[in-house]
Amino acid sequence: MIIKRTELSWLERMYFPTLWSGLRVTARHFYDTLFRGGRVTMEYPEQRWTVPEGYRGAPYLVKDAEDRTKCVSCQLCEFVCPPKAIKITPPGPAVDPTTGNVEKRPREFEINMLRCIFCGFCQEVCPEEAIFLMKDYSLTGLSRKEMIYDKEKLLSLGGVHNDQIRKWKKKEAEAASQEAFKPE
Amino acid sequence: MQALLDILTNHREVAMSLAKIVAVLAVLLPMVAYSVLAERKLSALIQNRVGPNRVALPLIGGIPILGPFLTRLGFWQPLADGLKSFLKEDFTPAHVRKAYFWLAPALALVPAFMTMAVIPFGSFLGRERMVLADLNVGILYTFGIVSLGVYGIVLAGYAANSKYPFLGGIRSSAQLISYEIAMGMSVVPVFMLVGDLNLSKVIAYQSDGLTSWLVFKQPVAFVIFMVAAFAETNRLPFDLPESETELVGGYHTEYSSMKFALFFMGEYSNMIASSAMMVTLFLGGWTLPFFGLNATPNEDGAIWMGLAHIGIFLAKVMCLLVVFIWVRWMLPRFRYDQLMDLGWRRFIPLGLANIVVTAVILFLQAKQ
Amino acid sequence: MSTATAANTETKPPAPAVETVRVKVDGRVVDVPRTLPDWQGKPQPTTMLQACAIAGAEVPHYCYHPKLPIAGNCRMCLVEFGTPMMGPDRKPVLSEDGSPKIARSVLPYEPGTPRGAIACATPISPGMEIYPSSPATKQMREAVLESLLINHPLDCPICDQAGECKLQEYSVEHGQAESRFAEVKVHKPKQVDLGPRIMLDDERCVLCTRCIRFSRDVAQDDALGIVNRGSHNSIAAFPGRQFDNNYTLNTVDICPVGALTSKDFRFRMRVWFLKETRSVCASCATGCNILISSREESVYRYEPRQNDAVNACWMCDSGRLNYKWIGREDRLLNVRSSRSGARAWAAVVAEIAETLRSAPQGSVAVIASARQSTEELYLLKKLAAHLGALTDSVERLGEGDGFLVNADRNPNTNGARMTGICFTEVGIQIPKIAQGIRSGRIHTLIVFGEDVTRHGIDSETLSKVSTLIVSDILPNETTRRAHFLLPGCAYAEKRGTFVNAKGRLQRFLKAVEPRGEARPEWEFLQELVHQVTGENLGPGFEALFNRMAKDVPALASAGVEWGKVGDLGAPLTL
Repeated sequence: MIIKRTELSWLERMYFPTLWSGLRVTARHFYDTLFRGGRVTMEYPEQRWTVPEGYRGAPYLVKDAEDRTKCVSCQLCEFVCPPKAIKITPPGPAVDPTTGNVEKRPREFEINMLRCIFCGFCQEVCPEEAIFLMKDYSLTGLSRKEMIYDKEKLLSLGGVHNDQIRKWKKKEAEAASQEAFKPE
Repeated sequence: MQALLDILTNHREVAMSLAKIVAVLAVLLPMVAYSVLAERKLSALIQNRVGPNRVALPLIGGIPILGPFLTRLGFWQPLADGLKSFLKEDFTPAHVRKAYFWLAPALALVPAFMTMAVIPFGSFLGRERMVLADLNVGILYTFGIVSLGVYGIVLAGYAANSKYPFLGGIRSSAQLISYEIAMGMSVVPVFMLVGDLNLSKVIAYQSDGLTSWLVFKQPVAFVIFMVAAFAETNRLPFDLPESETELVGGYHTEYSSMKFALFFMGEYSNMIASSAMMVTLFLGGWTLPFFGLNATPNEDGAIWMGLAHIGIFLAKVMCLLVVFIWVRWMLPRFRYDQLMDLGWRRFIPLGLANIVVTAVILFLQAKQ
Repeated sequence: MSTATAANTETKPPAPAVETVRVKVDGRVVDVPRTLPDWQGKPQPTTMLQACAIAGAEVPHYCYHPKLPIAGNCRMCLVEFGTPMMGPDRKPVLSEDGSPKIARSVLPYEPGTPRGAIACATPISPGMEIYPSSPATKQMREAVLESLLINHPLDCPICDQAGECKLQEYSVEHGQAESRFAEVKVHKPKQVDLGPRIMLDDERCVLCTRCIRFSRDVAQDDALGIVNRGSHNSIAAFPGRQFDNNYTLNTVDICPVGALTSKDFRFRMRVWFLKETRSVCASCATGCNILISSREESVYRYEPRQNDAVNACWMCDSGRLNYKWIGREDRLLNVRSSRSGARAWAAVVAEIAETLRSAPQGSVAVIASARQSTEELYLLKKLAAHLGALTDSVERLGEGDGFLVNADRNPNTNGARMTGICFTEVGIQIPKIAQGIRSGRIHTLIVFGEDVTRHGIDSETLSKVSTLIVSDILPNETTRRAHFLLPGCAYAEKRGTFVNAKGRLQRFLKAVEPRGEARPEWEFLQELVHQVTGENLGPGFEALFNRMAKDVPALASAGVEWGKVGDLGAPLTL
């Protein structure tokens, strides 16, 4: 598309109106910043930003109200993670009686925060609401190793998620209330 | 060592010249550093920002009110900037032409300093004239030296041996040559009025009150000179040799650390030199038409008078520096064809016309 | 189709012209054979499901399996169909344009409502029209699927079948996004220990009875049944019995949902991460075709790959679980020569070549393993022929079960025979070799993939050998005594071929990278043969194979080439 240029008047071609309006705008800003507190800079370490709702910060794991790790090691987040930042070690075949009717929880869960791009796919894909992008945006460490967050760290940073559905607990209660017909 | 002392004691002129050179550099270099700070602070204020406000000195920072004030002002920022330039890795890419690569920054900085030699920055201090070299052909010297400045940039562009610096260098040479002509044209009427090429005489001509300032007698020449000075110093709106949106960093793309800092200092020294030239040629130099400060003091004049004149000169230079800085944050960059058009098709004819008109007026005046 | 062709050429005389029946599938005319082999290979009338498959229309199903008797209990394959209308004169009623009128199947008491038939068990008839994508068929599928999901726990996140689950797949294709079931689901036993290798989750079961039919009819170990009534129906082992035969893990493969899971693979990896490589099981001479599932250079499981000429869809549990040694910690990782102390392949191979070149004729003996690929045995034989060496292999016998497990536990005994490494009777040369060593006639011994101290050459005899060249995968007494140690690869780490007990040449491909410095044996043997005999059999694996195919008579007469062997192998005449 060719945009037709507007014909400039003689005065405009002398640049004077442009100079004048440029001077006006800059002078106004200068005055505002100096005397009327028009500064927009946030002086970071002292002034902190209020993280808005729905902000996508670092992904952390959560526990439910009964202190159960919500993650069941389905590895969908590992699969969906575009930069391959998530690495999950599944529990393996040994039956862990402490997991109850959930049967499964990750043996290890690592997120490489240096690789993470905070896209939120893991949260979106999680069928158990076990991983959430929280409000941490300033992640620092002194080594690459330190920036690989393990399960303990992710859980302690993630805290408790007050899930109202409580799928597994409900299932357990339902099963207990029914007469089970054991084959033997 | 003894021989040196002998020369100094026996040849007072040499000794005093050396002292003046040291003094001028001692003022010029901090001015360069603080004009960078002024640039950063002014741009911050124009853009609703804060600007440098972090660097604090250990002891002075502890003084109540003053310490934090200076810190907020960014007063110590130039120290940090300078230190950083020294400490950064001085990286020389493998593909550059080494000798030229090392030579270019020096070539960019030196002419800017040399221009200062002929500028009268004060009247007398004691019996000493406040000018390093009171040349009779001062302005010719200036033009000769200023045109050397382009070599630093062209050489940098060539030495880097990569495309963006090269383009920057080419642009720069074309731009500087074009605007030097306009600049030369613009000052001809000034000297026609003054009748002398010596810059001290130019100032003396302007010491008859505000109306005798050449900016009022030759406004067209002043405008052309000022615009050409922007172009010569590669300042916005004419910073095409280093236009970062098109050429990465222009001629200094491949430079880092202290070598880059030399280019940076060269740019600001050039600004100061141009401002000093403008003050001298058009704004009455060290004179001020109030409180009798425009009278040329005799050789036994009071010391305070001499100091005041230096102060006046510096104040005028600083005002022009602010104009330089402000324009940078006010105007967008010219397109290259617009730049050339402005130089060749507007300013050179205008400068020529200005010469002719001035000549005609002078002729008519002489006839009366 | 190549499956059927291969099976036919091997087992049957050329079939007579096939009698066909013309039917229409979704309006498309197809001619399908009147009969097709059932799970036992007996000809049976072609069903609607098979006709649809020939026409390229997939009919979803759970209980139907081509290698199992038909049960017809899941109802997922319901399709709407129509048959030519018959007039009172028993002649087809024709429409105006002359084509026969079709009577769509409807409920007898409700003629406006379509009636479906299960495609897996309904034979076709001439002129029949099948509508596998009609609205009525779709509605029936949705209804069946909804009913199957009523009591399904929907615990895909913790279910090992997720990703290869028919319930998931059909839910995506034919299911509804939301459940209308508001009542409480019936809960059944979970984590039921069916046997030593099988874990059962009754809630996930869709009661297709594939596992019951497999263990009763294929494995012939009737151990499973359905207990309880109504919505409490569940699979269970017969009271007091363990589900424990050598084929139990096949039920995990055929279970369309996550009810039966392998205890070995349970919670070890999600299936969508696994890379599948076509290979051949090396646990016995049957050579069951398998898929190796691996991720990030470790093997997670074996699964049978259908090959009707060898193993159909099945494999034995012992072969399936025989993969863990590939990832063992004590694998031999470094090449070394204890003579010169060289630790690089090029130097060690050159040193061996130097030693072999200077060895007098007949002073070398080769003991190869019938677990090695045919190419490697061929190269060893080349080397042995040049050196005038005695060669043999080691016999490894077990008990055959008459189904898939062969008494010969070496995967490539026929390959060893074919290349001339051993005679029809395996191992008869070994006493001669031992005698030769003791008498001092043989002083260089090349051992590949066997611990000879356990197979006729005791360590005392072995210590008399002045040069012992050994290649193996795991450490043993022989590798400890080796003067030259060449770490080799598991068959999952290289390409090659085995010739099974029936004389079928089958390819296996590389699934994972070799550990450490280990290299495929064919690779360094090729270099060694080149340096010793001056004969270059390369470049690369395919050139080597094709050269062997020309040199070895059994292969040459079959006219095989690497590119033509195919995934199902090529029969040879031995």
